[in-house]
Amino acid sequence: MAKVVAVTGNEACANALRQVNPDVCGVYPITPQTDMMQKYASYVSNGKVDTEIILVESEHSSMSACIGAAAAGGRVVTATSSQGLALMWEMLHIASGDRLPIIMPVVNRALSAPLNIHGDHSDAMGARDTGWVQLWSENAQDAYDNTIQAFRIGEHMDIRLPVMVCLDGFIISHSIERMEYLEDEEVKGFVGEYKNFLPLLDLDKPKSYGPLILPDLFHEYKKAQHEVMLKVKDVVLKVAADFEKLSGRKYGLFESYRLDDADIALVILNSAAGTTTDIVDGFRARGIKAGLLKPRLFRPFPYDEVAEALGKVKAVCVMDRSDSFGGYGPVFMEISSALYPLQERPVLINRIYGLGGRDYLPEHGEAVLNELDEIAKGGKVEKYKEYIGVRE
Amino acid sequence: MATGLTLKELSKKEELLTHGHRMCAGCGAPIAVKMVLLATDYPVIAANATGCLEVSTCISEYTAWKIPWIHTAFENAAATISGVETMFRSLKKQGKIDGNVKFMAFGGDGGTYDIGLQSLSGAMERGHDMLYVCYDNGAYMNTGIQRSSATPMGADTTTCPAGSIIPGKPQKRKNLTKIMAAHNIPFSAQASPSHWTDLMKKVKKAHEIKGPKFLNIIAPCNRGWRSKTNDAIMLSRLAVNTCYWPLYEIEDGVTKITYTPKEKKPLVDFMKPQGRFKHLFAPENAELMKILQEQVDSDWEKLKRESECG
Repeated sequence: MAKVVAVTGNEACANALRQVNPDVCGVYPITPQTDMMQKYASYVSNGKVDTEIILVESEHSSMSACIGAAAAGGRVVTATSSQGLALMWEMLHIASGDRLPIIMPVVNRALSAPLNIHGDHSDAMGARDTGWVQLWSENAQDAYDNTIQAFRIGEHMDIRLPVMVCLDGFIISHSIERMEYLEDEEVKGFVGEYKNFLPLLDLDKPKSYGPLILPDLFHEYKKAQHEVMLKVKDVVLKVAADFEKLSGRKYGLFESYRLDDADIALVILNSAAGTTTDIVDGFRARGIKAGLLKPRLFRPFPYDEVAEALGKVKAVCVMDRSDSFGGYGPVFMEISSALYPLQERPVLINRIYGLGGRDYLPEHGEAVLNELDEIAKGGKVEKYKEYIGVRE
Repeated sequence: MATGLTLKELSKKEELLTHGHRMCAGCGAPIAVKMVLLATDYPVIAANATGCLEVSTCISEYTAWKIPWIHTAFENAAATISGVETMFRSLKKQGKIDGNVKFMAFGGDGGTYDIGLQSLSGAMERGHDMLYVCYDNGAYMNTGIQRSSATPMGADTTTCPAGSIIPGKPQKRKNLTKIMAAHNIPFSAQASPSHWTDLMKKVKKAHEIKGPKFLNIIAPCNRGWRSKTNDAIMLSRLAVNTCYWPLYEIEDGVTKITYTPKEKKPLVDFMKPQGRFKHLFAPENAELMKILQEQVDSDWEKLKRESECG
């Protein structure tokens, strides 16, 4: 039986982790993730979980300890944001290279400098090439559901990869929303017992983790990593199907909203997608065929499916809440790659919004859709990449 | 069954770091590691910081380690093994695993004194049941003899080369053994492969103490020290007998010198066979040589006072 609650995104993730009851959790504070791990520490102090927490002295050590713990053999979690994720960067590659299914909510926040504690996607986008599976979440419900599904995805015996669950700092992490919790037993049953694969703690069969691999084999090793990533999509869909049976909530590789017959569309990640559905409805009411695509699985990226979903649209704007300075936004680059193989493809533009917690307002999305409407009618593209919501 | 510290008994014991590894001929590090593992009478899991020992002992499909072993990165062997140890505790608490396992980490001085200091400090402060072993060869030898905070003053390295203006490393070494003791851990000690019974006794003692332990072992590197391939044990003995590398332990805050040289030799005896100090024997560096001897004398006197005070 689902339980309706009013909680923050951080509380929702902490509760998902409690229900999964991992063996080890690395804990280090960083805004806006801090109260997720605080909440988790209180579960430990009050005997609500069997977890041993490691109160590390940095995020680098947190991920290092998580890697050690996961290699030892057991279920491992941590959480971070921003600078913390940046400090982990070296170890993120090692977690995925060693094929260790560590689960980590990432509460998205801007990267310094200048210092800013508010939400944007620079942190997780900067980690997109680290070999982690990335699931992105619009709201607290998504973050909770994705966190639970992440265990099944990462721990799948064909996958064995770490998974990041991304949610927007403050906008989701600190806002109280109505959402539904599954029962503890349901979550326990859904994720199942942790299955070990080559644990260090199997003392009878000693293993060496983390060898030096020179040019004779390194290339093949990395190719194998890519090939494992290609299997993730099917597992994500299978896990989503099982999760739908349990929760009634449907998840895919991405979410299409009024996209089937759309002439114009926005692609937008996470919390801003919620605002955008209202904007799309407003345009539809005015007879303009607008639509929305909200990516969920960003790594591996579902190129074929996205091309199928957006191929018939006349003009698309990819909205990025982070930037690759001097290049296009990271989501734009993926959508662009997805659409390029098509014979006929939409006109594609890129708008950067909401950096460092700058509000994304309905008029911002409306202005972009109006621009797309003009482009779809044969109008000229003034600028392919532009910042919106900028103070004059 | 505990192994006695006799060559007869030890020679029957399986070596847990096997032959076939690719450390340089005459390197002190694998000697130290073998002694540490021979002194260990429990199942053991080790983490290894990136460095000579790591890159030379586990390459592609080959491993020289007969124990569960993990290398993740350079600066985090302590954090990595703390994760392994925590998983063991968690699974033991949950009744999913049983037994008595010892957790160890090996790192060179670069990975321990410098880049790994924060990770080591954190793991020691958190109180993990582990023994961290530093093999101190006094520079970043794996990357080609760069200065570390363990490099002795005056030594010639590739990043503090002895030149016409600067005569090698200008600064004193960091005293990591004491820094570790200052974490109020139950056991911090220094050892040398030349005094193998002392070294192995310290390992055995450390394994019987619950909590975080630190053992600093001098490990001559003939490439970096510019010494002969067969001089590792002779040089580590001279390091002890000149009191450059005194053998002592700090147990629960009490300092004890575990070996006092019958005759304290002059520091030059240790320096002379090493090319890294060659420039210091030039007449213009006589004053610096005097300072180096005074530093060793003063540190030794201080250690003796600390030891006498108990």
